[in-house]
Amino acid sequence: MTELGAISFGLFIIVAAVGGAAVLTWFERRMLGIWQDRYGPNRLGPFGILQVAADMLKLLTKDDWVPPFADRAVFIFAPTAIVVAMLLGFAVVPFSPDLYVLDVNIGLLFFLGMTSLAVYSVLLGGLASNNKYALLGGLRSAAQMVSYEVFMGLSLMGVVMLTGSFSLRAIVEAQRDMWFCIPQALGLFTFLIAGIAESHRLPFDLPEAEHELTAGFHTEYGGMKFAMFMLGEYLGLILISCMIATLFFGGWLGPWLPPLLWFCIKVFALIMFFILLRAAIPRPRYDQLMSLGWKVMLPLTLLNLVVTGAVALWLEG
Amino acid sequence: MLNGLRSQLQTLWTILQHSFTRAETVQYPEQMPYLAPRYRGRIVLTNDPDGEERCVACNLCAVACPVDCIALQQGVKEDGRWYPEFFRINFSRCIMCGMCEEACPTNAIQLTPDFEMCEYDRNNMIYEKEHLQIQGTGKYHDYNFYRVSGLAITGKDKGEAQHEAQPIDVKSLLP
Amino acid sequence: MMESLFYLASLVAVMATVAALTRANAAHALIYLIVSLLAVAVLFFLMGAPFAAALEIVIYAGAIMVLFVFVIMMLNLGESGTAREQEWLAGRNWIVPGFMAGLLLLELMLALRHGAGTTSGVAVSPKAVGLALFGPYVLAVEIASMLLLAALVGAYHLGRRFIVRREQR
Repeated sequence: MTELGAISFGLFIIVAAVGGAAVLTWFERRMLGIWQDRYGPNRLGPFGILQVAADMLKLLTKDDWVPPFADRAVFIFAPTAIVVAMLLGFAVVPFSPDLYVLDVNIGLLFFLGMTSLAVYSVLLGGLASNNKYALLGGLRSAAQMVSYEVFMGLSLMGVVMLTGSFSLRAIVEAQRDMWFCIPQALGLFTFLIAGIAESHRLPFDLPEAEHELTAGFHTEYGGMKFAMFMLGEYLGLILISCMIATLFFGGWLGPWLPPLLWFCIKVFALIMFFILLRAAIPRPRYDQLMSLGWKVMLPLTLLNLVVTGAVALWLEG
Repeated sequence: MLNGLRSQLQTLWTILQHSFTRAETVQYPEQMPYLAPRYRGRIVLTNDPDGEERCVACNLCAVACPVDCIALQQGVKEDGRWYPEFFRINFSRCIMCGMCEEACPTNAIQLTPDFEMCEYDRNNMIYEKEHLQIQGTGKYHDYNFYRVSGLAITGKDKGEAQHEAQPIDVKSLLP
Repeated sequence: MMESLFYLASLVAVMATVAALTRANAAHALIYLIVSLLAVAVLFFLMGAPFAAALEIVIYAGAIMVLFVFVIMMLNLGESGTAREQEWLAGRNWIVPGFMAGLLLLELMLALRHGAGTTSGVAVSPKAVGLALFGPYVLAVEIASMLLLAALVGAYHLGRRFIVRREQR
C-alpha cells in the first residue's frame, strides 16, 4: 500500500471507528433491552438509531465544567489519552489482505503497548479529580490493569509461537489451515477475560462500579469529557473484538464472501458476545477479581505457554 | 472452579434465550399498562350511594399522613353533622402511601389508579376540595357510614333520619 | 527525514526529563517521566530496535509507571507534599547530582568522539533479540530471573505473614 493510501485509509479508520463506537452505544442499549425483556431506546428514527445523534447533541451542549478543586491540566488531559491510545491501536489491525494502515513486525506488541497506555486515562482522571470515589476508582483500575496485563501479553505468546512472528498479517496467514481458536483454546479463554478486564467492560468494571463508587474514576466528569471516556471504552471494545477475530478466528479468512465482510462479521459476533456478557454476568467482588487474575488465570496462561512451546518443538522434530 | 465456569455459561445461555421472548414492558404513552383497582395513585373524595359526601371531617387522615400533606377544616351542618369546610391535599408532598385510606372510617378518601399528575407550576399540585371530590362511590358502592353507625342530629336519634336503619346493637347477641 | 525525527524525539525526551526532575507536584513529574519514556521508545524505534521500543512502552510506560502512579495515589500527598518537594528542589541540593550528571555527560561526549556509539542501521528483529538473550547472554538472563524469583518469593512471604496475622486477631 502506498504511503498516501495508508494515510487516507488511516483517517477513514478513525472516522469509522469513532462512528462505530457511537452507534455501538445505541446498539448495546438496544441489545441489553432485548435480553432483559425490555425495548431499549426505540423512539428516535428507525429502531431508535437517531438516539445516537440526540445523545451527542446533549453531550456537546452540556456545560464543560472543571471542578475548582481538580488538577486542571491533568483533568483535561486524561480523557483524551484513552481515545488517542485506542485509535492508535487500530493502526495495526489488518482488516483484509490489503486493507491495513501499518504492517510492522511488532504489530502485536504495539497493540499491547497502546492498551497499556490507555490505563493512564483512567488513572490520571481518578487522581486529578481530587475526589475520594474517583481516587478509589483509579486505584482499583491501576491494580486491575497491572494484574491482567501480565497474562494478557502471555496469553498471546502461544499464538506467536505457532506463527513465529509478531506481525498480525503473518498471524492471520498462519491460520489458513486451522483457526487458532482450536489449538489455542486456553489462550483464547484467558485473552478474552484479560481483554474484558483491560477495557473494563461490565463483568470487570470495578473502576466505575456505580453501586459502590457512584461512577468511579469519572465521577467528576461531564459533557464532552465524559463522552471521551465513553468513546474510549467503546473503542476499546471494538479494538479487543478486532484483535480476537484476528488472532484466534482467522481474521479475514473465510469461504465465499469477500475478506473484509468476513472480518466485519467476526468482529460483530464478538461484540455481540461482549454485550451478552454484560447482560448476563454480575460483577465480582474486588478480591475475587484479584485472586481470579493471579491464582487462576496466570497459572492457566503459563500452562498454555509451556504446553504450546513443547508441542511446537515436538512438531518441528 | 469448573462448576463455577459451567454456571456462568449456563447464565449466558439462559440470557441468550431471552432474545426470543416478548418484552415485559409496554410502550407507555401510546399503550397503557394495566393498573389494578387497588393501585395507589391520585387521591379522591367520594360520595355515599345517596349522593351525599362521605367525609365527616374527623381529621384521622391528616393525623395518619406521614408527610403531613392533608389539611382540612371541620364545619358543622345545620342538622349537627360534620363536613369539611375545605379539604386540601398537597400532592407535591404526597407519597401515595395509602395511610389516609386505611385511616378513613367512612371510606371517603380513596386512592385511584391514576398517576399522571404532572404540572409545570408547583402550586398547581395543591388540590382543593372541588378538585378532589368525585360524584361517585369509588371502590365501595353500597357503603353508607350512617347506615351502620350513626350520629344523633337535631330532632332525630341515631337511625331515625331519612334512608337510615337502626344502628347495629353491638352488645346484643341476637341476629 | 529520519534524522530530524530522531532529533525531535531526543528534544522531547530531554525536555520531558528535565521537567520531570523539576516539577514539585509528584503526579505531574510522573506524567513527564512517562512522556520521556515514550520519547525514548521512539528513539529505539528510529535506531532500528522496534522490539526494544515496544517493550519500553509495554513494560516501562505501561506497567512500571502505572505502579508509580498507584503509589502516588495511595500516598495522597496533596498540598503539603508539593510544598516539601519545593523545598527539596531549592538551590544547594542540585550541586552534587549536577556534578555527577555533568561527569556522565563528559564521558558520553568522549565516547561518542571515539565513535563507539554508532548503530548498524539494520533493524533488529524480535527473533534476533531472543537468540541474543538465550545465546551469549543466557547467564545474565538466568541471574536476572533468579533475582526476580527471589523478589517474588519475598513479596509473597511479606504479604502472607500479614494475612496470617490478621486472621489470628
